[in-house]
Amino acid sequence: MAKQIMVPCQLSTAGFSRRTLGARRIVGATDPKPLTSTIVRDDEAQLVSAAKAGDVSAFEELVNRYERKIFRLGMNITQNREDAEDVMQDAFLKSYLNLDRFQGESRFYTWLVRIAVNEALMKLRKRRPKQVSLDEPLTEEDDSLFREIEDWGPSPEQRFAQTELNEILTQVIGDLEPIFRVVFLLRDVEGISTEETAQIVGISVAAVKSRLLRARLKLRQKLNKYFRGSESH
Amino acid sequence: MNCKKVILELTSYLDGVLDASVRIDLEEHLGRCTDCRLVVDTTRKTIQIFCNSEPVPLPDEVRKRLHTALLERFRRNSKTI
Repeated sequence: MAKQIMVPCQLSTAGFSRRTLGARRIVGATDPKPLTSTIVRDDEAQLVSAAKAGDVSAFEELVNRYERKIFRLGMNITQNREDAEDVMQDAFLKSYLNLDRFQGESRFYTWLVRIAVNEALMKLRKRRPKQVSLDEPLTEEDDSLFREIEDWGPSPEQRFAQTELNEILTQVIGDLEPIFRVVFLLRDVEGISTEETAQIVGISVAAVKSRLLRARLKLRQKLNKYFRGSESH
Repeated sequence: MNCKKVILELTSYLDGVLDASVRIDLEEHLGRCTDCRLVVDTTRKTIQIFCNSEPVPLPDEVRKRLHTALLERFRRNSKTI
């Protein structure tokens, strides 16, 4: 069976522990290296070819492989279970119906994520049409993101029960504007490379980097009220 | 390096794609600037906390509906061939 390497979180941080889909791994204290998306198993292209030739079991294997990730992405973008289910169904159905148009310029997974992101954004546009343009100019001053500089202590999340922490994270990611939320989710939660994120969202690599910086700083600021001073608890 | 430059390079630094010489300058700055050190540390923790969060489960009934919809589509496609 082909080996699957999953790197959903691409921090380059010496020696800290992190979980990736239930497995705990230690990031070594090595020099930072350029990052690429390595979510996709190396037999994906073969499955896509077989599915294009009419092998429905090959397509089902692709669905089994990515359904959880696409549902999670839909949930994280739309913040709504029914919408996330629609996003997942539509993404897989559209990718199946349009397989002939998929020319393999990108990975199938990247293409699938692009369809899912578009579906999710359409859901958001229906709910809040004024908030969802990915081309929206960035007007907020960077300086406002550095007003709260406080120590969180070594493991601030441990102050909260898992359920409570999940609610906090859902709340803060939901409060983030879609233009920042999508880039953060693709890069930092789904582990998709900067270049692929640019391709999926339809913006430049420089714009991805800029939005990712803003997204990270905004989330940091939002989490600050929960985690500040946690070393004293 | 000054504080503003640290923030501009923050994402590349956390992603490990910063040129070695710039990284050394940045880390020298972090060694003497508490505010920047805290911003870098808490931003890193922000990403780490999201990475470590529990994955959203895919409910069985949702998965079942997906596969039912796909099977229906496969059937319709095979009839039209």
